[in-house]
Amino acid sequence: MKLKLFPLTELYSGLFLTLKYMFLKKKVTLAYPYEKGALSPRFRGEHALRRYPNGEERCIACKLCEAVCPAQAITIEAEEREDGSRRTTRYDIDMIKCIYCGLCEEACPVDAIVEGPNFEFATETREELYYNKEKLLSNGDRWEVAIAARLEQDARYR
Amino acid sequence: MASVEALLPLIGYVLLIVIPLLLAIAYLTYVERKVIAAMQRRIGPNVVGWFGFLQPFADGLKLLHKETIIPTQANSFLFLLAPLLTFGLSLSAWAVIPFGPGLVISNIDVGILYLFAISSLGVYGIIMAGWASNSKYSFLGALRSAAQMVSYEVSIGLVIITILLSAGSLNLSAIVEAQKNLWFIIPHLPMAVVFTVSALAETNRAPFDLPEAEAELVSGYNVEYSSMIFALFFLGEYANMILMSAIGTILFLGGWMPPLHVFPFTWVPGIVWFSLKMSFLLFIFLWVRATFPRYRYDQLMRLGWKVFLPFSLIWVILTAGVIVIL
Repeated sequence: MKLKLFPLTELYSGLFLTLKYMFLKKKVTLAYPYEKGALSPRFRGEHALRRYPNGEERCIACKLCEAVCPAQAITIEAEEREDGSRRTTRYDIDMIKCIYCGLCEEACPVDAIVEGPNFEFATETREELYYNKEKLLSNGDRWEVAIAARLEQDARYR
Repeated sequence: MASVEALLPLIGYVLLIVIPLLLAIAYLTYVERKVIAAMQRRIGPNVVGWFGFLQPFADGLKLLHKETIIPTQANSFLFLLAPLLTFGLSLSAWAVIPFGPGLVISNIDVGILYLFAISSLGVYGIIMAGWASNSKYSFLGALRSAAQMVSYEVSIGLVIITILLSAGSLNLSAIVEAQKNLWFIIPHLPMAVVFTVSALAETNRAPFDLPEAEAELVSGYNVEYSSMIFALFFLGEYANMILMSAIGTILFLGGWMPPLHVFPFTWVPGIVWFSLKMSFLLFIFLWVRATFPRYRYDQLMRLGWKVFLPFSLIWVILTAGVIVIL
């Protein structure tokens, strides 16, 4: 029984396995800042407020996102504009409170607030993570192409 | 008193060994990271310099920049002496290693005993570090390390005895010469395995790195060390690995001898064969680290005292018997 252990065959098969991995297997390293992994169209990253193609902002200040937000990270104030449409005067997201659940995006009737594919928005100070309407709209402008493609890919499952 | 002129060539020889050795240590850490990365399907360091070749220097520079912290409760003299001792001993052993025919600083007749003595003294550095830190983790780590090194020294001693019975000499060059026709690994293969495993335990390397056990314990005897004094322990550990490979090469793989005494092999200088064999043994160190999980403390002690000790004793007796009969 114990004598079976003396030739150390199990150890050699283990060593052979690692050697095989060393020479035969493809490397799986992703050199992160230079290479990035694939993201699902449902990936919930940094928030953005979208606009219609004519430049009009989509948000109608229904405050459904504010109501549904489980972390209560969204603050909205709204009033009537000169042309009679209802718009937000303030749309803040506290990105520190946010849990990135995506409920705001699901609640939105006009696809205005979305969570985009960007996950590299770390900052050096807390204050930079209190996003206001201006910041969210500029995010929307910057990521619109990616966000639209992403919504289109996911539309048939919704 | 010897004149300064007489000492100069000696200092030259020492530098001729120490500088390549330090480079070898630096690149051993690099190769270790690359080899283990390859075995885990990663690519390892590749940012600093061409293929990450400057990584060891970046690491060294980083350690140099750090603050040397001496704990207030520590015995500062011993605390600082311990890493110096460990590192100094790991370097001084190289004085008797023959790299090629005649390529040795001091060709003393009890070379193997000298090596054995120096490697046994290495325990003192660890015990001193553990005690002088005045921290319970260091102390327990040091006790573990010391117990482990002492246990495996016994079987290494018996391995050395079989080899010197076969070679008929304690002189390292003579041991290599005795393997001119047959490397000792062929008649003494089981002893070579015992030696390799004991060398792993002796240098506190995986799978016997339980004094460090970075996943479970903090770090063993060097918890309280930082900056360059930590680097000295680190260098000492790697120098010991290289030293153990050199001893393994001399005892079992025929030192500087080519594998066959025919033309293309004999043309290659002995020091190249020596380095190749040493690199192979070092690769085994890294290979084993990437392959096996860590031993438990009781398993380690059982293997040392209840398997290796009786086994190598039996082998010594067998060898002695065969030599008497022949």
